[in-house]
Amino acid sequence: MPGDPNLPNPHRRNFLRGSAGVAIAPFAVRAARAEIPALDASEDARALTAVGMTVNGQRRRLSVDARTSLLDALRDQAGLTGAKKGCDQGQCGACTVHVDRRRILSCLMFAVASDGADITTIEGLAGEDGALHPMQASFIDQDAFQCGFCTPGQILSAVACVKEGHAETEADIREYMSGNLCRCAAYPNIVAAIRQAKPLMEG
Amino acid sequence: MQPITYERPETVEAAVRALGRPETLFVAGGTTVFDLMKVNVLKASHLVDVTRLRDPRLSAIEVSDTAIRLGALVRMADLAAHPGIRAICPLIPLSLDLGASEQIRNMARLGGNVLQRTRCAYFRDTSFEACNKRNPGSGCAALDGHNRQHAILGTSTACIAIYPGDFPQVLAAVDAQVEIAGRQGKPRTIPFTDLHRLPGETPDVETVLKRDELITGFLIPRGPWLRRSLYLKIRDRQSYAFALASAAVALDLAPDGTVREARVGLGGVATVPWRAREAEAALKGNALTEAIAHRAAEAAFAGAVTRSHNHYKIPLGKQTLVRALLGAAAMEV
Ligand SMILES: Cc1cc2nc3c(=O)[nH]c(=O)nc-3n(C[C@H](O)[C@H](O)[C@H](O)COP(=O)(O)OP(=O)(O)OC[C@H]3O[C@@H](n4cnc5c(N)ncnc54)[C@H](O)[C@@H]3O)c2cc1C
Ligand code: SF4
Ligand code: FES
Ligand code: FES
Repeated sequence: MPGDPNLPNPHRRNFLRGSAGVAIAPFAVRAARAEIPALDASEDARALTAVGMTVNGQRRRLSVDARTSLLDALRDQAGLTGAKKGCDQGQCGACTVHVDRRRILSCLMFAVASDGADITTIEGLAGEDGALHPMQASFIDQDAFQCGFCTPGQILSAVACVKEGHAETEADIREYMSGNLCRCAAYPNIVAAIRQAKPLMEG
Repeated sequence: MQPITYERPETVEAAVRALGRPETLFVAGGTTVFDLMKVNVLKASHLVDVTRLRDPRLSAIEVSDTAIRLGALVRMADLAAHPGIRAICPLIPLSLDLGASEQIRNMARLGGNVLQRTRCAYFRDTSFEACNKRNPGSGCAALDGHNRQHAILGTSTACIAIYPGDFPQVLAAVDAQVEIAGRQGKPRTIPFTDLHRLPGETPDVETVLKRDELITGFLIPRGPWLRRSLYLKIRDRQSYAFALASAAVALDLAPDGTVREARVGLGGVATVPWRAREAEAALKGNALTEAIAHRAAEAAFAGAVTRSHNHYKIPLGKQTLVRALLGAAAMEV
């Protein structure tokens, strides 16, 4: 209830950031990926498992329940709410992120399975100087969204689609972007944005 | 979803040994396992992640003069993008590209893909009591329920659920073998068409695998039919949907157009990856005319059994097969 002085700050993003501060410690050991040991079977299903990963260039260590999806770990523990939970069943693509340079669905990935992974979310796409990625800029130019809920997933999927070589034709783009649904049906504009961004990404 | 523990072994031996624990499952890409665990259809208390097994052959695509060998941990996307395979057998990348989405294909492995579970809505929804596959002996809500998506070949009075894959229909068609490692004894190899069991009275038992057996790879003999091959998939929408009907066909034609050998698999219509041997027999030795293609399709669906909402799958399945056969015959190879 916004404005109720008896309640703590109801702003959800702040709330998530707050809890993230507790859950995350900077990944202290400068271990190379291959040095991360194989996870051992914990006998206690309620014990948390420590997973180390690189998120948007930063080493992170999270403590997760083995049932946690990578999506929930990113949103609720790392405070990165860009990846969205549309269906939580692999059907909509709103949760798309890059893991080891591949686009995947973070709702269907166990967070424990991403131990040692290199992850990029929408928050990590812009340049260090804050300059938008060409795909982000093209989505704005082409008005490739309405409500914006699917957009982080669309953009990460689109970046991968270009890098995979699956954006040569409009038909290709439509086929290889079919895992990202848009309830607002911004599809023609999304295709146009990808066509605009492709040469900029390759140039 | 109940609490779980998780391990990620590095050797096949350790992985199969870990399956000695009760309520333990292998997990590869997790796109079936996690999905069904979230809705409490799959129950496990321990997961054995096989994706970091170190044996390089598990993740390899190997091509020799006589065979194609595909490791069970190869990602669907990597096999789809393999240029060598595309040239040898276009059927394989076509079936993969038309399945799921690129995100899922990046996660899913071939071993997990062939063991994906049915999308029967009653199976996925635990608020329905009656589902012999999920809840043995409870009945089947689909028999007299909404069965528009359901199977017409290989059904029983206990279950009419569709086997949903695309690539597995290809493996069934092209005489693939499955390599299996287990705790007891030597690794074994079986025909892919023996891997899945017809539902019969026990639709909950879907394969012949023992619970601690790990699929390590698939072996496809390089017959002359592989080059003239295609996969046709008919869906409710153009992309990112399961098949209502599909056909995997591979043909070896003599210069005069006579069918020397045919391989036919069907999807979207059957309870297991379906090999249509009757259709193959109808084609063999004949010139592939439209009339012969129709005769093959009649043969393929002669044993179809329909329910209230899925009769349309007979004409749709036949027409899909006819189009696939004529399309393959017209290919330049
Ligand atoms: C929205 C959506 C749409 C989809 N559309 C399609 C489609 O159009 N066509 C299609 O074909 N598929 C489709 N799929 C299914 C998808 O292809 C499968 O979920 C995927 O291939 C499973 O592979 P995985 O590696 O993720 O398996 P997992 O989920 O990890 O495992 C699946 C099963 O196999 C077992 N297993 C895994 N590896 C092995 C092994 N090596 N040995 C023994 N057992 C093993 C597991 O214990 C589990 O029972 C879709 C899925 C979703 C969520
Ligand atoms: S068709 Fe099979 S999976 Fe579907 S409700 Fe009936 S028994 Fe269950
Ligand atoms: S939230 Fe992951 S695909 Fe919909
Ligand atoms: S912009 Fe609203 S769902 Fe895509």
